Amino acid sequence: MLKVAVIGGGIAGMQTALRLRELGIEPIIFERDKELGGKVRNWHLLFPTFTESEAVLLPLKNRVAREKIEVRLATEVREFDSTSVTLASGEKIVVEAVVVCTGFTIFDARVKDEYGYGIYDNVYTSVDIERMFVDGKFAHWRGEEPERIAILHCVGSRDEKVCQRHCSKVCCVTGVKQAIELKRRFPKADIFNFYMDIRMFGPGYEELYHTAQREYGIHFVRGRISEASPLMDGRVQIKAEDTLTGRPLRMSVDMFILLVGMRSNSENEHFARTADLRLADSGFMQPKDLFVNNVCSNEEGIFYAGTVTAPKSIGEVLNEASMAADRVAEYLKER
Amino acid sequence: MALNFGYNISKPRVIDIDRNNLRKSVEIIRELPELQACIGCGTCTASCTAGNLTSFNFRKVHTLVRRGEYQGAYEELNKCMLCGKCRLLCPRGINTRGVIMLIKRKLGDF
Ligand SMILES: Cc1cc2nc3c(=O)[nH]c(=O)nc-3n(C[C@H](O)[C@H](O)[C@H](O)COP(=O)(O)OP(=O)(O)OC[C@H]3O[C@@H](n4cnc5c(N)ncnc54)[C@H](O)[C@@H]3O)c2cc1C
Ligand code: SF4
Ligand code: SF4
Ligand code: SF4
Repeated sequence: MLKVAVIGGGIAGMQTALRLRELGIEPIIFERDKELGGKVRNWHLLFPTFTESEAVLLPLKNRVAREKIEVRLATEVREFDSTSVTLASGEKIVVEAVVVCTGFTIFDARVKDEYGYGIYDNVYTSVDIERMFVDGKFAHWRGEEPERIAILHCVGSRDEKVCQRHCSKVCCVTGVKQAIELKRRFPKADIFNFYMDIRMFGPGYEELYHTAQREYGIHFVRGRISEASPLMDGRVQIKAEDTLTGRPLRMSVDMFILLVGMRSNSENEHFARTADLRLADSGFMQPKDLFVNNVCSNEEGIFYAGTVTAPKSIGEVLNEASMAADRVAEYLKER
Repeated sequence: MALNFGYNISKPRVIDIDRNNLRKSVEIIRELPELQACIGCGTCTASCTAGNLTSFNFRKVHTLVRRGEYQGAYEELNKCMLCGKCRLLCPRGINTRGVIMLIKRKLGDF
């Protein structure tokens, strides 16, 4: 019996496969990593409820195992069309349809070298902060408790200079969440979020922002940091305009955290070329439309689920994955 | 003889779009439409050497000009050294130095 290929075993891929199985369709997941889960494996507590990421991942992984869904780990898909996938090993597998769940790529903060990531000490990305919370180990200057922390929004998003025009959607709320977590961990620290626009698009997000202000005393400064420089004592000096007062602002911090954006996978271009798929200007895959066909590609038999088409939160990804499976079922029936 | 009561009527602070003549502002935007894409992030002002030493604030000046508030803009822009640092950093890719020269050209007679 032919199977439906699910490319990528993040939350989008797992949920798609589970729903396909519910619909009586046989999925096969191809995952490049040695483990299922995708990026969510790297997050500590999830916004906006501070839920452990395992609470999302474990039920999905357990169900995939229980349902005996075929999973091929450490298996990269190099090419596909609506009836086959070709693996990095050269093996070609004939399938009934394809759901692309290959996700996104984290913006490389080193590209914005004016912020000194990878050059100065004490400059971190939001991804580093998640890892520090997971490990319970905070590598900050001289091992002392930080007194002042700056968190910068929109790093590698909304920025023509690095060819990333889109908004990454989840970093504003991640920044607010991390500010609260850091304040809980370092109660004496003053924490400043530098933002251009605060985008709190989901249920409970605006409330989290309010909580950060009222209960945790997080400072919000409206202005983009223009540059950072190292100080003799290991701290980092940052410069911004405090646009609400119209004056330049300067400050020394013990930790400087960059909220890195979600960018498109570089493989998307190759996939688009070889399978005749459309790309959005942002480099993410372009669905057939953004409404009733938002999980369909422009090619029959090729579907999308999750962040392969745009930045999204986990809840949105899971909804979309179920939808994609439903559309696959419809397609197989009508064919 | 005018009596001095120790107070005077200050000019209204409101930006009165009904009264302001937006013609120059429209001309400026027509020549460099990218200026409309400004998100007011202040990166230009933060990076500006002139702005760190004087009250010069490029973001404020060009925003006021776009609202039809031309008074004093030319003089303010004279503080710019045309170093171009702001242009290197603007996340909306605006040719900020070009904006400065254009505004000065358009407002030369103001
Ligand atoms: C710093 C940060 C914090 C976040 N925190 C939260 C949060 O608290 N709450 C929330 O709702 N969302 C959060 N998100 C968003 C969340 O991470 C995404 O919604 C989620 O990871 C998207 O899942 P996905 O399956 O679409 O993609 P991914 O997680 O990227 O998974 C894609 C999978 O596909 C695999 N793959 C890719 N290409 C191939 C190939 N060619 N062949 C085989 N396999 C392939 C990858 O190895 C990967 O396992 C956060 C994002 C960031 C950047
Ligand atoms: S979600 Fe917020 S931080 Fe992220 S790109 Fe959008 S505006 Fe910037
Ligand atoms: S840096 Fe660019 S987008 Fe930001 S305020 Fe200046 S001109 Fe506007
Ligand atoms: S070009 Fe003018 S406004 Fe821009 S940074 Fe240099 S001095 Fe400041």
